[in-house]
Amino acid sequence: MTIQQLTEKLNLKVYGGEKGMENEISGGYVSDLLSDVMGNADSGEVWITLQTHKNVMAIASLKDLAAIVLVNNHQPEEDTLAQANEEGIPLLGTPLSTFEVAGKLYELLK
Amino acid sequence: MQQYRADLHIHTLLSPCGDLEMSPANIVEVAAQKKIDILGIADHNSTKHALLIKKLAAEKGIFTLCGAEVTTREEVHCLAFFENVDALAQFQQYLDEHIAKVKNDPKYFGHQVVVDEEEMIVEEVDHLLISAINQSVEQVEKKVHQLDGLFIPAHIDRPKYSLTSQLGFVPPDIKADALEISRHTTREEVLKKFPYLKSFTFTTSSDAHFPDDIGKKVCFFEMDALSFQEIKMALKGEDGRRVVFD
Repeated sequence: MTIQQLTEKLNLKVYGGEKGMENEISGGYVSDLLSDVMGNADSGEVWITLQTHKNVMAIASLKDLAAIVLVNNHQPEEDTLAQANEEGIPLLGTPLSTFEVAGKLYELLK
Repeated sequence: MQQYRADLHIHTLLSPCGDLEMSPANIVEVAAQKKIDILGIADHNSTKHALLIKKLAAEKGIFTLCGAEVTTREEVHCLAFFENVDALAQFQQYLDEHIAKVKNDPKYFGHQVVVDEEEMIVEEVDHLLISAINQSVEQVEKKVHQLDGLFIPAHIDRPKYSLTSQLGFVPPDIKADALEISRHTTREEVLKKFPYLKSFTFTTSSDAHFPDDIGKKVCFFEMDALSFQEIKMALKGEDGRRVVFD
């Protein structure tokens, strides 16, 4: 499944990083500790988090993640969004909680 | 130039995790015994013991940096210190406005009391002080600098509540007056791991929650006199002033 397809299925908001909308999804990772994501996320995963700091984008780029989903209507900070556009990594959003959106993603990838 | 012994990260009994023996009077007593010249008072998200300690410490010739250890939205701990009473009061107001108002349960977290010189309780803080405020690291940094304060991300090497644990790494463009490293590491070790931090000034301190811990880890300020401005200059490495480690 691509990020484009995921966005349509879960009705996600696209904040930026549209260049990566055709990224293939290999799985998901859920964490709000960036040190943990840096250690444990794998390339191609969709990262679900409430962190909006620009370091999120650096880590997504480092780990070659497919996209980031911000939960609970958390808005990205300006420099985070700028970084998403620059890196071409989709920065997505949802009003759903981490629990709900992770559950839906899991169902889709099962 | 003189060398001043500094422990810039001390909790009082107001912090829920601060030992009951960490009263302002006792902290100053112990600091004097341990020959501390500069005390940094940094309770979790509160400045309310700082001024009393400043007064008591001054009687013993000890200089106090008054401030707090702020928990940002990302749950990063940052030290913030202010020169004057007015800025400190404004920062206290900022903390009160932005902290999540979760009721403290002393059974789990401990008591959060403000005491006077005679160790009589004058206030009990109702909301849990170890909660986060709803402001980012950068927003806190801006606020501190608007108030001409010092902004020092705390124990950046630690696996909890630090820039590295919460945000993966120290943002290279962070406008920090210094980066604090914990007593568990050295400046050399940190720089080996993060060479890009070499342009930052480092401080190290005890993060004392118990009287015995006060002064267990210190750094030294080489400067002309004991004042906020001199400390600021030392952190910037201006005019020969500097911070050195053991």
